[in-house]
Amino acid sequence: MSRLTRLCSFVAAAASISLLAGACTGQSGGQADDDPTKDVTVNFWHAWSQPNELKAINSDIAAFEKVHPNIHVHVVPNVNDDKINQALRTGGSDSPDVVSSFTTDNVGKFCSSGALADLGPLLKKSGIDPAKTFPKPMLDYTAYQGTRCTLPLLGDAYGLYYNKDAFKAAGISAPPRTMSEFKADAVKLTRSQGDSYAQLGFMPDFHGYESTPAHYVAQWSPTYFDAQGRSQTAKDPAFTKMFAFQKDLVNSLGGFTKLEKYRNTFGDEFGAKNPFHTGQVAMATDGEWRLGMARDAGVKFPIGVAPMPVPDDQANTYGKGYITGTIVGVAAHSAKQNAAWELVKFLTTDTNAVVDFSNAIHNVPSTLDALKSPKLVSDPNFKTFLDIAQNPNSNTTPASPNGGQYQVTLQDFAYSYEAGKATDLPTGLRGVDQQVDRDIAQTK
Amino acid sequence: MTPLTLRAKRRRSALVTLGFLAPWIIGFSVFFAYPLISTVYFSFMHYDGFRPPTWNGTRNWSYVFTQYPFFWPALRNTMWLVLVMVTTRVVFGLGIGLLITKIKTGTGLFRTAFYLPYLAPPVAATMAFAFLLNPGTGPVNHLLGDIGLPQPGWFNDPSWSKPALTLLALWGIGDLMVIFMAALLDVPKEQYEAAELDGAGPWQRFRFVTLPNISPIVMFAVVTGVIQTMQYYTQPIVAGKVASGIIGNAGQQFEPGYPEKSTLTLPQLVYNLGFQRFDTGSACVIALILFALAMAFTALLMRRRGGLIQAGD
Repeated sequence: MSRLTRLCSFVAAAASISLLAGACTGQSGGQADDDPTKDVTVNFWHAWSQPNELKAINSDIAAFEKVHPNIHVHVVPNVNDDKINQALRTGGSDSPDVVSSFTTDNVGKFCSSGALADLGPLLKKSGIDPAKTFPKPMLDYTAYQGTRCTLPLLGDAYGLYYNKDAFKAAGISAPPRTMSEFKADAVKLTRSQGDSYAQLGFMPDFHGYESTPAHYVAQWSPTYFDAQGRSQTAKDPAFTKMFAFQKDLVNSLGGFTKLEKYRNTFGDEFGAKNPFHTGQVAMATDGEWRLGMARDAGVKFPIGVAPMPVPDDQANTYGKGYITGTIVGVAAHSAKQNAAWELVKFLTTDTNAVVDFSNAIHNVPSTLDALKSPKLVSDPNFKTFLDIAQNPNSNTTPASPNGGQYQVTLQDFAYSYEAGKATDLPTGLRGVDQQVDRDIAQTK
Repeated sequence: MTPLTLRAKRRRSALVTLGFLAPWIIGFSVFFAYPLISTVYFSFMHYDGFRPPTWNGTRNWSYVFTQYPFFWPALRNTMWLVLVMVTTRVVFGLGIGLLITKIKTGTGLFRTAFYLPYLAPPVAATMAFAFLLNPGTGPVNHLLGDIGLPQPGWFNDPSWSKPALTLLALWGIGDLMVIFMAALLDVPKEQYEAAELDGAGPWQRFRFVTLPNISPIVMFAVVTGVIQTMQYYTQPIVAGKVASGIIGNAGQQFEPGYPEKSTLTLPQLVYNLGFQRFDTGSACVIALILFALAMAFTALLMRRRGGLIQAGD
């Protein structure tokens, strides 16, 4: 072997190994019985990054430190879930004692792996009854199989945004309440221009930002898993009906190819050129944050907000929607769990803290008292989202031990189905179920 | 000299040698041997990073090969990139190197112009490309439309996403251009003069003078290119995220390898399984496959090298 050969072989081996080194290390943590009345500093990692958000959360923390002068909070902002995952794995003095995440998808992972401490005993010790404190849908998405390892810290609700000018021009007097009305309105609002659109009623494609399979199917009130935790998208008719509806809507609005071509002209979802802001689409499904974003983008037309329509045979459940939210928990390896719990308790259950935070960042309050608080600033549009969040039929994607992987699998099939690459819906959904079950079995 | 003194001397000599080798031995053990052994170990364990690892037999291996739907598309994409992207980068880098060495005026300017893109951070460069190549609003397709050429979907079209990544890699060709340029300037001029006297044309001069002289550099470029491509992560994931417009949220998962898994690479799977799904065992399986592939490619190239190039290094 020549020197060059040896050098190249070594470089190849070393480069590959450097990739392996990162993936395959880690350690687990322990428990704590600290005294929360002693002087202590708690590390709090969160994902907020915008100036108004930082101002709001810092103000909440200042209020907490005033009530608990012995507990100091060291804040690390703008941290995403991937970083939180690794910090929870590795532990150490600089690792977080309290973490918050923007997605509820990882609750199952956090609870089942023991990454976050079980808050059940702490809630009991503090005399807090979760059922009397938090809205039920929010309680559902913050626990996994009986283990409550997180609590809600403000929530998000999804509804239907519509362009009132476009509605007027199309002769539509009120937002659609059922799926058949929705389809009819979407068609009425669509104006073709050559092989594209001057205005599209609604972007039905699963890649159309928030029009994902999970958000669509929420209107059919699905049950993703059976009592044994097995995926049942093929068994629950909600999924079949949702796919059938979406396919019909795609075909009614010009077909998948034409719609995808149009979708490629859209600006950033979270930028000023969002297609709803620019008038490219007349209706869109989105969370309550769109109200502030549209205002900041200087949208000229009046915006209407309503709950997403429901299937015709579930007309009595109109008002529901997909809900999710920010979650907060205490690291299992934290040696300051009791002090950390004081912070979590304050942020999630103190009515003033929750209301102030909600008013500042325009998210849905996450306690029953805060939702009824007279201090809550609420215009009619925002109130729509408050109502969706409290609707007993509102629902979310359930927690799973491998996070949102089951949604990735469902989405993957959905993309093939809408593109016409998969044509057999029952077989496709059975394949989704088998894959989801295999992935979950691999995690356990 | 008594045998005892001789033994003591040898021992001292061995300790001195070990002392000089110590930095390498420590580095090799900590950064190479330990991770490799750990990776093999964890590939047979169920380990989420929180609870102690438990024996899992060959379950991780069978999961990756037979049940994990992203593995085979990612492997195919990685192979495509190794074959097409590495080849085009080497050919293009050599071509630019040849061009730059032939230019008589403005050499500095051209060298700088071709080298500068290499300095751009990969995330910024990929985002810029994703905007330039946006099928609906990007200037490239506007230009193509204006001159009556077809407008590809680039990062939004599964059949164009990898060629778009290759374009991005060619734009950042500065690293290869510099090493090829240095190698080309090092070729003895006398050999070209002798070849010309023998009546060799430009192609023959390139084939029988230039290429044998720069063969070690070509081999270096190919081997390092293969290794870099095996670790290709940032550009495809950024391109996929920007093109899909999906950041990822509850109920709105980012599609791995958007569009249609066409930009999925093996390192993305290592990250996804190991750091996002807490499935360290399966991540280690894929890492070992990457390791084996990199070694196999290198060994193959080393073996083929003797047949391709006549001149020694």
